Amino acid sequence: MLPSFYYLCLSFALFVIGTAGILLRRNALIVLMGIELQLNAGNLAMLTYSRALGDEKGHAFAFLIIAIAAAEAAVGLAILVGLFRSRQTINLDEASLMKR
Amino acid sequence: MNAAESFNLRLIPLLPFIGATILILFGRHFKRQTVVMIAAGAIAGAAFVAFTGFFQALPSVAEEGGLRDVVWTWIATGDLTVDLAFRMDALSGLLCLIITFIGFLIHLYSAGYMEHEPDYARFFAYLNLFCGSMLVLVLGDSMPVMFVGWEGVGLCSYLLIGFWYSETANASAGKKAFITNRVGDFGFLIGMFLVFQATGTLRFSEINALSTPTSALAVAYHGMPLAFWVGLCLFIGATGKSAQIPLYVWLPDAMAGPTPVSALIHAATMVTAGVYMVARLHALYVLAPAMLAIVALVGAATALFAAIIGFAQNDFKKVLAYSTVSQLGFMFAGVGTANFSSGVFHLYTHAFFKAGLFLCAGSVMHAMSGSGDITKMGGLRKLTPWTHGVFLVCWLAICGVPIFSGFFSKDAIVAGAFATEIFEKVHLGWVGPAVGSILLLAALGTSFYMSRLYFLVFSGPSRADHETQHHIHESPSIMVGPLVVLAIGAGLGGLVGIPGGLFGHPEWNLLGEWLTSAVGPELEVPHQTEVMFMGISTVLAIIGIVLARVFYGGGYREPARAFAAAAPGFVKLVRDKFRIDELYDAVIIKPIRQLSSFLFRVVDRVLIDQILVGGVAAITDLFGRLARTFQTGDGQRYMAWFAVGAAVLVFLASRPPLPSELKVNVSGTTVTVDASRAGRPSQRGLTYSFDFDDDGRPEVQGTSAEARYTYDKGGPHTIRVTVHDPRWHKESSITSKVDVGSGSNN
Repeated sequence: MLPSFYYLCLSFALFVIGTAGILLRRNALIVLMGIELQLNAGNLAMLTYSRALGDEKGHAFAFLIIAIAAAEAAVGLAILVGLFRSRQTINLDEASLMKR
Repeated sequence: MNAAESFNLRLIPLLPFIGATILILFGRHFKRQTVVMIAAGAIAGAAFVAFTGFFQALPSVAEEGGLRDVVWTWIATGDLTVDLAFRMDALSGLLCLIITFIGFLIHLYSAGYMEHEPDYARFFAYLNLFCGSMLVLVLGDSMPVMFVGWEGVGLCSYLLIGFWYSETANASAGKKAFITNRVGDFGFLIGMFLVFQATGTLRFSEINALSTPTSALAVAYHGMPLAFWVGLCLFIGATGKSAQIPLYVWLPDAMAGPTPVSALIHAATMVTAGVYMVARLHALYVLAPAMLAIVALVGAATALFAAIIGFAQNDFKKVLAYSTVSQLGFMFAGVGTANFSSGVFHLYTHAFFKAGLFLCAGSVMHAMSGSGDITKMGGLRKLTPWTHGVFLVCWLAICGVPIFSGFFSKDAIVAGAFATEIFEKVHLGWVGPAVGSILLLAALGTSFYMSRLYFLVFSGPSRADHETQHHIHESPSIMVGPLVVLAIGAGLGGLVGIPGGLFGHPEWNLLGEWLTSAVGPELEVPHQTEVMFMGISTVLAIIGIVLARVFYGGGYREPARAFAAAAPGFVKLVRDKFRIDELYDAVIIKPIRQLSSFLFRVVDRVLIDQILVGGVAAITDLFGRLARTFQTGDGQRYMAWFAVGAAVLVFLASRPPLPSELKVNVSGTTVTVDASRAGRPSQRGLTYSFDFDDDGRPEVQGTSAEARYTYDKGGPHTIRVTVHDPRWHKESSITSKVDVGSGSNN
């Protein structure tokens, strides 16, 4: 079995990639994908520690997070559809309604 | 409940108040007759109660302090208890009769005079309110109750002066009256506080009873008895209300109000409140003869000064206004020479003849299409015979022609001033004769300016324009009726106060006898003095009349024109009322305005508005602007900040790794400590320091997570291990307790 360290490194890498995707890309679809990556990076870290510490709670959390991620994807995609309908684009630079 | 307390005095002020309330709330829906019925009915009711009380209930108890009616306890706090209580004694009873009787006549007169006034109900509501307040003022058993009435009449005066408020001049005359009175009221309040401090009571009867040479009021304070200062403060209040120097300036302007108001408030009743108050507190004033001297001198000076101003006024009501100021001066000179009954006597006669004169003025102005300019009058004797007759009687009364009322009361004051001995006590013996002499001059002046008024208005040919002349008519009977009653009072009212010294019959001075129980006995004037001054004042009155006849009989005659041409500057100065208003304007009002303007520009606008209020806003704005740079509306940027924030929190919360519990191995006095974490790779670059006795000085330091130490002696010890991470400059530590003596760790 590989040491936990490598799993954690992978988890970290996934999280950073996801974060970068969220922060840097302007396509809302890619941003949603970035969020999925972050959630799964979290899942991986959860499972790694669960195995390393011999505690099953981590597995339970991972399932919970998968369920939440599914819901989040559904809601997020619905928002994207709404956004596209009202603005004919899913470029986030165009969606700056919060400014005023 | 004894006889003195069983009479419902409260009804006297209450009825007018009820009338006022009804008229204010519903008056506009009533017909004119209904309004008059309510207003005059309320006063008639009050008059009925007052007369019943005065003639039936009062005589039997007058000596014991009169009738008293406690409505309820108004203020009860600490040592101070003030009842809302009314008292009718000889003095306040007399004032009640004057107010209700003349008030009733003036209500009737107003019904005719205000006939064409659209705001009929409001006028009568105010008039009723005034009567109620005035009755509270005179009937008040204690100073606070009097003060309520005092302020109430001031308010009504303000409301009625500015009755035709749509004209700026009227509104500002009302304000002037109110503000000038406030200056005086301040003195009244301070006086009230001083009285309470000294005597612990505010009831007039108790204050007078406590005004003895041994009481706290006689204690010297800054060289004068306390009574002097109390009297001074109260007198300042009186100068405001009763239009004396230096606060007289509002009264002439108060003529902006409807003429019946001038008659009732600004001649017969309200303005005499100051005189009434001094008479009410007679014992207190007697305690400080120096204060009485001030009262007398101010009164005499006002009497003469206002009389002189009256010489050159060309407005009917202005002449009467200065005449009122002057006559009030007489009253103050009367009470100021400790001759209280004479001051009150003059108050009483003056109420009749001055109310009569003012109502004549109203009647004349009614006839002259509303104008009061006496230079445009003349010849009204034949055109308005009734008004002329009444004016004639009142004129002779104010001039002091024998038998008419003013003759007796004015003479009582003048003779009293010469005869009084109260000023000898404080080595101010000159005051009495000085006051008397000034009053004689003022009496001459009175006679002159009143005769001038009479001749200019009633004698000779009319100087009005054709249109006005055509409309001249006698007033309706509802106006003439009250005039005739007042004329009877002005003509014969003096007979109740024939001075005792004149015929050697003190009992003929009914009024003086009657007032003895309330203001002390009448001043005794020797027979010769009395007769001498009666002669002198009669001669002066006739000189004044003759002189005026020479100047103005039948219109402006040659001597009057010659005099005006010879000294135009002086005539103008007098006509401009010695420019006292301008003086006050320059000395008091302008500096206050400038100060206010300075405070407004510097303190208010700059300090408060810009620095304080604006400063708070500017600081908030600054932070707002800073915070706004983050509010781009770009969700991704928010996320970035969130990520940065999360990283900072993680950094702050992170600590170098330590196990949750130290592994300690004890053998004898030697312990081995292992701070590494089970199953984890130890991090490189960390330094461990082991402090085996927890004294802040580590015994072992190094990169190894394990250390060994031998204690010098056994017993319990605390081991502290600190891990330092040099890369992030972070530390964490953990402690453990061992007992090396027993050979085991805990």
